[in-house]
Amino acid sequence: MRPNRTLEIGTGLFVLLGFAALLFLTSQLPANGLKFGAPKAGYHVTAEFDNIGDLKVGAPVTMAGVHVGEVAGIRFDSRDYKAVVSLRIDPQYNQIPEDSFASIETQGLLGGKYIGVSPGGLDSYLKEGGHIDQTQSAIVLESLINKFFASYSSKGGGDTQGKGADNQSKVESKK
Amino acid sequence: MIASVGNGFILEGVRQLGSVAIFFVRLLGECVPALRRPRLIVHQIYNSGARSLIIIMLSGLFVGMVLGLQGYELLQRFGSVEALGTAAALGLLKELAPVVTALLFAGRAGTALTSEIGLMRATDQLTAMEIMAVDPLRYVAAPRFLGGVLAMPLLAAIFSVIGLYGAQLIGVELMGVDKGVFWSQMQGSVGLRNVTEGVVKSVVFGIACSLIAVHEGYHAAPTAEGVALATTRTVVASSVITLLLDYMLTAAFL
Repeated sequence: MRPNRTLEIGTGLFVLLGFAALLFLTSQLPANGLKFGAPKAGYHVTAEFDNIGDLKVGAPVTMAGVHVGEVAGIRFDSRDYKAVVSLRIDPQYNQIPEDSFASIETQGLLGGKYIGVSPGGLDSYLKEGGHIDQTQSAIVLESLINKFFASYSSKGGGDTQGKGADNQSKVESKK
Repeated sequence: MIASVGNGFILEGVRQLGSVAIFFVRLLGECVPALRRPRLIVHQIYNSGARSLIIIMLSGLFVGMVLGLQGYELLQRFGSVEALGTAAALGLLKELAPVVTALLFAGRAGTALTSEIGLMRATDQLTAMEIMAVDPLRYVAAPRFLGGVLAMPLLAAIFSVIGLYGAQLIGVELMGVDKGVFWSQMQGSVGLRNVTEGVVKSVVFGIACSLIAVHEGYHAAPTAEGVALATTRTVVASSVITLLLDYMLTAAFL
């Protein structure tokens, strides 16, 4: 039973495919997988944020809700203590004013973060290596809830006490 | 009378279990010598693996597409379609790829193994080998068993990857989930642990399905009817054992 050529080629192909699939699963799926393939066309601009929440590389960049690019890279600037986000904008959207405003927004209630860009009014446009000055950080839901409860408990607590005192005084006056 | 019939039934089940267990130990003993004949194993990897490739890839594509469609339909009710990539990846890696691959393997390769060995038994080829002092367990059963065990994880991995692209095809191209979100959310929440879980599952299923197929063939009654019966039992037993083991492995990995 000597295996012939086609059999060996078939087996080789199958094993190759199988290990390629395993390699893909182990290298591409876990966080920030290796990137294969040619870099996509477009120009890059940077923006600095105080807090990017859980923004990830590959998250979309939108203008008026339309996908215009994606987050190409995130790094930490240890001088300013800010997150520097590199945005890759598709080449056909080359008329974004230089004074545009970038904010980190959330999809749905618990969804992932993305960057929304609202246009400014200048006539000069963002180019390769450009920089967006005006940014708004991610709204962290937990801190928002904390703030809300902090203000609520101090205000609400005061109110009930006041009412209680009022009621008491009324009761006393009736007596 | 009824009690004795019941006893006979239970006893027969226990006997079957013991037969499989003894066969498994003997087979494992023959696996190491069988490794000295890699060409036999390559031949079986071709038979069980390479020739199952088309059915695995097609099924993976359609399972992925269904996941994309169902996942999108469900997630959009909660306004969180961006979790589609995560849902598809976890569903495929942890459950669908190992289980569906094992079920297809039992139907496609397991039946072939059983009927081949069963026919060898029915036509006295195995007896002839024994007379020539050639151990059929080493030269017939062990390479087929090893081929199946080695092929299964590779098939499951291919199933997963094709399935992911199937889900992307529907979710991204058809339903309009953002491509970057689809992949980045997936990468954010799928760990190496999930990949390992899928691989471990498919290796265990590979052992179970191949063992059952080879055992049924080896112990088939040497008649046409016996081979037919053994083939049927292979599919039924493999499917049930796969699903049972799947539950146990899922619980173990939680």
